[in-house]
Amino acid sequence: MELRINFSSGVPIYVQLMEQIKHAVETGAVRAGEQLPAIRKVAEDLAMNPNTVVRAYRELERDGILELRHGSGAYVSATRTTAAKTASLERASGILAEALAEVAALGLTEAETRRVFESEFAQGRERGKETRRRT
Amino acid sequence: MNDLVIRTRALRKSYDGALALRGIDLAVPRGSICGFLGRNGAGKTTTVKLLLNLLRPDAGNIFLFGELVDTEASAVAARRRIGFVSEEKQLYPYMTVGQTIRFIRPFFPGWRRDLEAKYLEVFQLPESKPVPKLSKGMRTQLMLLLALSRGAELLILDEPTDGLDPAVTEEVLQALVGLAAAEGTTIFFSSHHLAEVEQIADRVCLIDRGQLVIEGALDDLKTEYRRILLVFSGEAPAAVASLVGVDHVRTRGRTASLLAHGDIDATLDRARQLRPESVEVHPVTLKELFLDHVKEA
Repeated sequence: MELRINFSSGVPIYVQLMEQIKHAVETGAVRAGEQLPAIRKVAEDLAMNPNTVVRAYRELERDGILELRHGSGAYVSATRTTAAKTASLERASGILAEALAEVAALGLTEAETRRVFESEFAQGRERGKETRRRT
Repeated sequence: MNDLVIRTRALRKSYDGALALRGIDLAVPRGSICGFLGRNGAGKTTTVKLLLNLLRPDAGNIFLFGELVDTEASAVAARRRIGFVSEEKQLYPYMTVGQTIRFIRPFFPGWRRDLEAKYLEVFQLPESKPVPKLSKGMRTQLMLLLALSRGAELLILDEPTDGLDPAVTEEVLQALVGLAAAEGTTIFFSSHHLAEVEQIADRVCLIDRGQLVIEGALDDLKTEYRRILLVFSGEAPAAVASLVGVDHVRTRGRTASLLAHGDIDATLDRARQLRPESVEVHPVTLKELFLDHVKEA
């Protein structure tokens, strides 16, 4: 699991850490029962505040993603990860990769593509709301 | 409130009639790494000197480790538990690295030979090198080694990475977070490098013109504050300046940029009543918080 933190982004660091660990669990980069690096190791490797690592681990425990065992560290919970979810995510990234390749062929920049994606995403949410209202 | 390693109440200090500090209330919890920010002349060094009893306040109180520091004896007792690295980084010019360490060591009964050995290796300090021949980075690292090895519960560092190259800076930051993680040492450091403060601090105190303007957990500040961008069809109305919940406003033609904190949704509702054409909400970086709070006036 490779953790990359953008310290100067406006997003709280513990939130970034949580998102990346969640992602690693969902994609199967770390599996149920596996131990995560110790708080001190993460803090030293990334040169970041140990209390921030503690906060991220605690919140992930509350969300049921990690189990903190006193004295021995943090483990990925057994209940959370399912092979089905991992497979879906793999499939989704395949679909998106193909779509992105097609879009790239149109000569759009990354920023333009991102904007289109975001707006489609938002419209999708709106459409979702309407369908729910109609039914 | 015993868990506050540093607490000051309404700290005031003036030099020759000029007010340097106008009532500072600091609170630094045990085990935190607190970045102390402010422009040059904001009062950072004065605050540090007051904490170390190198200066006496005109008014207000200082509590270190939960004890009121108001006499020479109480100041000495507190100083025994504090490691300090000043901006000047002064060392004895006629000694080598090894001689300096052996000279300083016996002053501190709680000296940690294990930490001394560790940082000698981590910083790769040449023991036989005379102090004047050290690079600026090595000099800082030697000062840090001396401060870290004495078994202090609180480290007060004045611009610890000033003038260091990025590689040495990273080594120093790693040493500091490693110490905080392993020993629970509280670290209070002043810095102009917002990026490194964001990297290792979990709390920040920002002072400006002798007053504390922001204090709190960095992640909470990032959650609490938002930049709201409003675009109007005509000139941005003057009413944006008086919106409730908004700290600072910059208007330029049809756009207004607001720094808001607290109940952002309520502020957005009030902003929408001014009928902007578009409303965007963005997270706020430490740099923006800093600039918005110290720039005007």
